[in-house]
Amino acid sequence: MKKFLLCGFAALLCNFARAQQTFPVNGVQDIRPGLYAFTNATIVVNSQQTIPNGTLLIKDRVIESVGAGTAIPKGYVVVDLKGKYIYPSLIDAYTSYGLPDAPRQAFTFNRTITPVSTKPGAYGWNEAIRPEMNVKSIFHADGEKAEAFKKNGFGAVQSLIHDGIARGTSVVATLGDERDNLVMLNDEAAANYSFSKGTAVTNYPSSLMGSIALVRQTYLDAQWYGSQKEEYNISLAEFNREQNLPQIFESTDPLMTLRADKIAKEFGKKYIYKTDGEEYRRLDAMKATGSSFIIPLTFPEAFDVEDPLQARKISYEQLKDWELAPNNPAIMEKTGIRFALTSYGLTNPRDFWTNLRTAMDHGLSETQALKSLTEIPAEMLGVSDKVGSLAKGKMANFLITSDDLFKKENVIYENWVEGRQYIVNRVSAINLAGTYKLSGNGLAGVTLRITGNPGSYELGVQRSGTDSTRARGTFIRTGDMVNLYFDLKNNPAGTIRLNGYISSTSPVTLTGGAILPDGTSTNWSATYSDPVPASEKKEPTKPNLTAGPVVYPFAAFGNAEIPKAETVLFKNATVWTNEKDGILKNADVLIENGKIKAVGKNLPAGNAKVIDATGKHITAGIVDEHSHIAATGGINEGTQAVTSEVRIGDVLDSEDINLYRQLAGGVTTSHILHGSANPIGGQTMLIKHRWGVLPEEMKLEGAPGFIKFALGENVKQSNFSLPGGPNTRFPQSRMGVEQVYVDAFTRAKEYEAARAVKGNHVRRDLELDALVEILHDTRHITCHSYVQSEINMLIHVADSMGFKVNTFTHILEGYKVADKMKAHGIAGSTFSDWWAYKSEVSEAIPYNGKIMHDMGITTAFNSDDEEMARRLNQEAGKAVTYGHMSEEEALKLVTLNPAKMLHVDNKIGSLKAGKDADLVVWSTDPLSIYAVAEKTYVDGVPYWDYDKDAAKQKELKADEGRIIEKMIEAKNKGAAVQPVGGGRRRPVYDCDTIEDGAYVVADDYNGMAKSK
Amino acid sequence: MKKILIFGGLLLGTVLTYGQATISPAKPQSKPIIITGATIHVGNGQVINNGYIAFDKGKITAVGEGSPSNTSGADVINATGKQVYPGFICPVTTLGLIEIEEGAKGTVDNEETGELNPNVRSLIAYNTDSKVIPTVRSNGILLAQPTPEGGTLSGQSSVVQLDAWNWEDAAYKTDIAVHLNWPIVRAGRRRAAIVLPGAESPDEARLKQLDEVNNLFTAAKAYAEAKPETINLKFEALKGLFTGSKKLFINADGAKEIIEAVSFANKLGIKAVIVGGKESYLVTNLLKQNNVPVIIRETQTLPARDEDDVYLPYKLPKILQDAGVEYGLTGIGFWRQRNLPFEAGQAVGYGLTKEQALSMITINNAKILGIDKTTGTLEKGKDANLFISEGDALDMLTLNVESAFIQGRNINLDNLHKQLYKKFSDKYGLKIE
Repeated sequence: MKKFLLCGFAALLCNFARAQQTFPVNGVQDIRPGLYAFTNATIVVNSQQTIPNGTLLIKDRVIESVGAGTAIPKGYVVVDLKGKYIYPSLIDAYTSYGLPDAPRQAFTFNRTITPVSTKPGAYGWNEAIRPEMNVKSIFHADGEKAEAFKKNGFGAVQSLIHDGIARGTSVVATLGDERDNLVMLNDEAAANYSFSKGTAVTNYPSSLMGSIALVRQTYLDAQWYGSQKEEYNISLAEFNREQNLPQIFESTDPLMTLRADKIAKEFGKKYIYKTDGEEYRRLDAMKATGSSFIIPLTFPEAFDVEDPLQARKISYEQLKDWELAPNNPAIMEKTGIRFALTSYGLTNPRDFWTNLRTAMDHGLSETQALKSLTEIPAEMLGVSDKVGSLAKGKMANFLITSDDLFKKENVIYENWVEGRQYIVNRVSAINLAGTYKLSGNGLAGVTLRITGNPGSYELGVQRSGTDSTRARGTFIRTGDMVNLYFDLKNNPAGTIRLNGYISSTSPVTLTGGAILPDGTSTNWSATYSDPVPASEKKEPTKPNLTAGPVVYPFAAFGNAEIPKAETVLFKNATVWTNEKDGILKNADVLIENGKIKAVGKNLPAGNAKVIDATGKHITAGIVDEHSHIAATGGINEGTQAVTSEVRIGDVLDSEDINLYRQLAGGVTTSHILHGSANPIGGQTMLIKHRWGVLPEEMKLEGAPGFIKFALGENVKQSNFSLPGGPNTRFPQSRMGVEQVYVDAFTRAKEYEAARAVKGNHVRRDLELDALVEILHDTRHITCHSYVQSEINMLIHVADSMGFKVNTFTHILEGYKVADKMKAHGIAGSTFSDWWAYKSEVSEAIPYNGKIMHDMGITTAFNSDDEEMARRLNQEAGKAVTYGHMSEEEALKLVTLNPAKMLHVDNKIGSLKAGKDADLVVWSTDPLSIYAVAEKTYVDGVPYWDYDKDAAKQKELKADEGRIIEKMIEAKNKGAAVQPVGGGRRRPVYDCDTIEDGAYVVADDYNGMAKSK
Repeated sequence: MKKILIFGGLLLGTVLTYGQATISPAKPQSKPIIITGATIHVGNGQVINNGYIAFDKGKITAVGEGSPSNTSGADVINATGKQVYPGFICPVTTLGLIEIEEGAKGTVDNEETGELNPNVRSLIAYNTDSKVIPTVRSNGILLAQPTPEGGTLSGQSSVVQLDAWNWEDAAYKTDIAVHLNWPIVRAGRRRAAIVLPGAESPDEARLKQLDEVNNLFTAAKAYAEAKPETINLKFEALKGLFTGSKKLFINADGAKEIIEAVSFANKLGIKAVIVGGKESYLVTNLLKQNNVPVIIRETQTLPARDEDDVYLPYKLPKILQDAGVEYGLTGIGFWRQRNLPFEAGQAVGYGLTKEQALSMITINNAKILGIDKTTGTLEKGKDANLFISEGDALDMLTLNVESAFIQGRNINLDNLHKQLYKKFSDKYGLKIE
């Protein structure tokens, strides 16, 4: 069967062939001149120019002329298009047309350890970097798939491989039914990228930050490759060669786009972003990239919201996205961001026009729509000399339409690709909609009601009088032929089948033969009598276009306007200064311009807003030394023992609700750490809880860099095993851990020495760069640690290799080595009272902090937990419970001391003139279980306010209610709905979190970003 | 390799039990004890300032204001300025069932394999020698309900007192409850599960699970009514539910699941307790009308939804209090139960009174567990399960348990942590405060 089909297809192709010099001919040549003249049409040349009553001449595959009053030479087939329109055909800027279905990495329980690529050939080490993939070598025109595109009016597409991080080059091809040799418009249109490793089986990267680090290292490797003679590497050579092409990056949401853009700017690149179409979430930042975009028309469907308990599972973001997504193209147009539109991602190609018109209902202009589907993609992809507008010498790729292309009633009649006609709906076809009187034996008195458009008619039948009946039927039209059937249910009962043709056009008359249910035949005819009554026409009611505001962050409790710093005088509070003054009773704090201006008694208010804080306590904002919130795409890159090149700062997530929840617990600064899956983890990032700003703006300015190290059960993989196999990633014992450190720092020293001599001839290695920074004490270590033996070991390794351990974090047996830590000036950041959750914490005691503190070690309590973080004040209070630490010192465990160990105590951690205005107003003694954080300021900005939050909750509920009402309205009007799904929550991380059994398909990050 | 591991384990064990082994259960109360001059928190909301409490032979003999009339022959403890509380009761915990959560599977006994295990009993796995227990009771928790977990029907639990030589001694009330995890739709962590055509959807899987539970219970009910030909241990275990001697503790957080669970229990005439109850605030009328209590699992937790009030879990007790729903409180896990007083205190900043918060972990829990006749408040005739704290026991700033009594026995408040604190303070010459 398959063979037969193929053969038929080939025969069709050869029906008449293009003159193609290098191919032999089977049979007699059938080369046709392909000379056509389309006259009397309204020709839309491009988005700026329209020629009324114009003529388009084409010769074979190209346009000969476009204009008005053109003389038509002899030998042309003349097509009169009076009253009709010609448009340049559309370009889909992002497809996988002509490519085999992208394989997906199958989940298998027997995934093996694959540290480096197993792909045969002189390729790079990591399979996710596959710039050697070229669409041009695997592209094969696919008539069936082309048809779906052509029906929508597309004439050319970009076709690319959606697999891997560096994905190689794409092509732009027409959708012509030609040999592959003739459809290629640009055989290397663009180089394509993403952060998704796709089907690569190399274990690294297993996290988004790993993907980003890999991209960064690849740029460096490629630069180095150009100047070395040691190795031959096809991947790097191709990567370099492709740098001159347009660079297209497949992103998802705006934060992902910003992550990619950071890389672009680092390496002087400019990416074109293909996104999920959520630019409205962070419009200004998207504009600021200066990049062009390719955006989809995939608008979320409404949810089934009638069951209120079920509807609770829909997140606020999902509601907001549903409402705002159709506005995205219009908003981007208004903002002046250059973008192309793609049908990519639509589950049904038929949704393309529906959704495009939805976008236009929401304000996308016709001009922009046309541009985004013709000129812009043509320019982006380097084919504007061939397609995208109608001009002499360009490809004869154009549409013939009944009307303005974007009007609802418009019918696309023909889509000419490379000068070859593809009929969508026959030009000659007249619209058959109307009411018809049927005549014929046994058919008298029946009225036919035909509705719809050429191509998709609907039929209703009706008979009044004694045998009155009403039924639906089926009406199929093929050119001038018609075929219809229906069942009148009685007299006669059963299906009546009719064939016929359009026998007259004025009035429209259909004539033919019918077969009745009893098998007898009769002649019939139907004559147009009236138009379909207006009330029966499906006139879609105007959609409700009002949309609520975008909130920052795009999450529950986001603000339509990010609050600003205030000048405030807090009067008459108990002020915990964390300075020499200790705890001041009846004191004031003045903040201005984001800084603390003064702390003392009876301060003058000046123009400050005065807040009476009588009976309240004011402290510096809480600093969490060990947190894993506000990061996305995996917290561990545990696939290698040393991953010092990965950076939490690359994957910050400003939309994490925990930022807000922790503000409600007085937290103003968090140190976001890589997990503890490997001895040398990733670079950390110190952030402030500036709720609503962009990820880059959360970073605490001027804070020195840190890196996460880890010891113990996690790094030796004691408490989990990889699916299906024994653990073989080194190390598996504490003995091995020591060697990892010694080896890494030995390599780092050799590397530094070599680069000092040979400069860039020694490959720059971001992993070793970070270790060199540690050796120079410009990057500090915070090391996850539990038992004394390994703590002692790292101190020894550090001494012998010449680096310093800044902080031991967790350090639950710190009390056993407190003398050694003190002697080395190492800080301890521990839990207040955690223990017994694994073997290595079976001697963890809640007096640990007290002993370390009393030994003179800078001691902090941290959370490593998004829940505990919002009551670190109470955790500090437990230092009073266990060991009776003074309250003043106890508070420092979560404020000044972590600030000290993070080297930012010059900015935060205490209440002192000149420091950042990060402070908390508490209802009572902040170390008490009864304390409520009533107000939290970061840089003088009131990000948390107990009373205002109550109002915000009401607003949130009201906005949810409003959108849900709108969804119900939309559903009642026939909009498609989807069931409420689960799994919308972001995953939360603690340091043990290993993504789904260690190695995830990076595609999941995209899914994760979407399901927030 | 295995041998070496076991050996290593033993060695470790020996080292650890060095101090712990000297913490012995207390001897029975030999003479009357009277605590005087204290602020007595009765547990039912009542507070007696400058009060006294007397107990003898393990039972409370008198509670009152001012000075006791007769102190002859009694040990008098002057607790002026201090606080006396009923021993805290920790329901639904794995205390004594798990010693080390991860990486030491041999110390984990909270889950049996299989879905329907109503017959397994946590009591016999309760390890009185656990090093964790003394760290928990040092914070005033004197009674607990070690509870099996896992599967759909996890097993039966008992209430134990926390000062015993073995589980037999520890048993305070035996086999009081059967524990059911109400089936929920297990959605993928990140997105709605993709259901292949013909495959079972998570919804269908849940319904099947519910059918199995229904079948088991209806069959068990019939079984309980007539003398059966063949003994079925699972049915035997469920019998008490239909006679009223046991309660069904149902783990359910979602409003929908709670509604289902309550109507399930009603249909079968079973006394149900909802454990967890994160969304119980949405169905307070149902709970109140059906007299179904809720054991809140943790106040110190995160809201279930991003859109929820950030403080919702802190406010939940107050909401149930105001709605007239019977409620108690537990913490989480085993070692973390030493924070139970703080879990209770947490609700005070968000509307509950201190005495209501105290009731949550004393009389309310006692009622739900069916032990309120003998404990849960400081009232005459009840067991002398109580402790003296230097200050407010619900606040970490002031909690300081000086002495504690279980059934009148003056228990040893030492624990591994205090011992290690001392050991290393001595090493460094630090003063213990």
